[in-house]
Amino acid sequence: MTLGPNAVALLYLVASVFFILALKGLSHPLSARQGNRFGIVGMLLAVLTTFAVTQRLDLAIGALAVGGVIGYVVAKRVEMTQMPELVAAMHSLVGLAAVLIAVAVVNNPAAFNVVDPIPAGNRVELFIGTFVGAMTFSGSIIAFGKLAGLGNKFRLFSSAPIVFKGQQLTNLVLALAMLGFGLAFFFAPPDAKWPPFIAMTALAFVLGVLVIIPIGGADMPVVISMLNSYSGWAASGIGFSLNNPLLIVAGSLVGSSGAILSYIMCKAMNRSFFSVILGGFGAAEGSAAGTGEQRTVRSGSPDDVAFLLGNAESVIIVPGYGLAVARAQHAVNELAEKLIHKGVTVRYAIHPVAGRMPGHMNVLLAEAEVPYDQVLEMEEINSDFGTTDVAFVLGANDVVNPLAETPGSPIYGMPILEAHKARTVIVNKRSMASGYAGIDNPLFYMDRTMMVFGDAKKVVEDIVKALE
Amino acid sequence: MHGTPLDPLVTNLTVFVLSVFVGYHVVWNVTPALHTPLMSVTNAISSVIVVGAILASGSGSVDLGSILGALAVAVVAINTFGGFLVTERMLEMFKKKEPKEKQR
Repeated sequence: MTLGPNAVALLYLVASVFFILALKGLSHPLSARQGNRFGIVGMLLAVLTTFAVTQRLDLAIGALAVGGVIGYVVAKRVEMTQMPELVAAMHSLVGLAAVLIAVAVVNNPAAFNVVDPIPAGNRVELFIGTFVGAMTFSGSIIAFGKLAGLGNKFRLFSSAPIVFKGQQLTNLVLALAMLGFGLAFFFAPPDAKWPPFIAMTALAFVLGVLVIIPIGGADMPVVISMLNSYSGWAASGIGFSLNNPLLIVAGSLVGSSGAILSYIMCKAMNRSFFSVILGGFGAAEGSAAGTGEQRTVRSGSPDDVAFLLGNAESVIIVPGYGLAVARAQHAVNELAEKLIHKGVTVRYAIHPVAGRMPGHMNVLLAEAEVPYDQVLEMEEINSDFGTTDVAFVLGANDVVNPLAETPGSPIYGMPILEAHKARTVIVNKRSMASGYAGIDNPLFYMDRTMMVFGDAKKVVEDIVKALE
Repeated sequence: MHGTPLDPLVTNLTVFVLSVFVGYHVVWNVTPALHTPLMSVTNAISSVIVVGAILASGSGSVDLGSILGALAVAVVAINTFGGFLVTERMLEMFKKKEPKEKQR
């Protein structure tokens, strides 16, 4: 209770610095844990400082305990393959909190040291914070449903894009209506502020849903990064309306982080941000799939693969999401250890969109105890494929499709892992089905390619057995 | 300059623009291998919005505002605790290989 406004502002400044250090720590795996600790210290400082200037704490502490227990249990139990869902769910919570706080401010501005009636500037900020928060909330719930595969229970969660006639026009009209109610809220006299505010918030919730449903499963890494960004901007917007620099700093750190990740993901898929937002990608299935002619592939057994791998000097493993679906990460690590023991150089090549969210595949491999110095990013390893004996592609398809280098192909220009340049290519797939992009992959038909069909885990385990 | 107090909006905007720049530069330095932990930790950091929620919940009397505030605290505390914890769990996995690396 003894903290003056200056002391509070300075303590918030220290907390902001800790948040910046938290992100800085992530520049290397070895400093990352310290970074996370900095983040915790910053948060603790922010909460304790706020406690010191709050009149009653019983409600806050009770609520913190409830949320804390839920958060603890979820964080302990979640599987690494479920990280995208968890992150999407968490984005929605930040959005919801932003809306709740905004409603509380409109209800009683004085409780936040905001002048009553709310000044014009704060009303604009409240409007922005609320609609971004509401869109983050409902959009993230749709993203969560899509990622968690709830599509067969509830059509809105379908991982296939949901498109209807006049969709973009509908969205535009709703967005303009939302802005209109925002203006009405801006000009409303204090006793008539609720109707436009509620109408605007309701429209923002609906828009959040409509904006995400047309986006297909393949684009989820972009969507989840984009919602990450939104949740930051929502926090920042609330910071503006409460004149709280800590919220502004933290929110804009998160906002820019999400924006950068969205950019990286778009680039990795060679898609423009706007084409992702407009959606519909992957809706026209099979249109480009059949080229008509029946081409033959050379298929082999796990024993053949074991022979090839055992006699290679260098191997690059290219894991795709199919590997994670088959839960084959541990088996792959065992195989790699066996090969390294035999004197084979083994490395992993990760495409930025190998998983369901940025960096997902790295976490899945780390969980399987693959040493992180064996795991290389696309730019680091692409030039090495030409001098590598065997490229072993596991559950990946579009990210190794050489058609990306052919002008006119639907994926032309997408950066790929150049597995086709290796002396021998081994591809494990469950079937000849095409990937997300719905196009054929010439890599499978090369003379130097051997296909091994079957479940990734089973196949890799058989290879390990054959090596013994 | 004399006499007219600075509009808080201007101060806020200054803070905002500068921290977007800081965020931009810091995040480009994050190694791509840690982009998933980056996302979970930024999630935890954005839960600093809990500060606003605590203020809303503790205005004194129990009314609509304080109940909304408490609800917001509960909702976002899931992120505060869950976000940092799950990040720690992931980074733990990246750390395990340290001894192995030193042996080489």
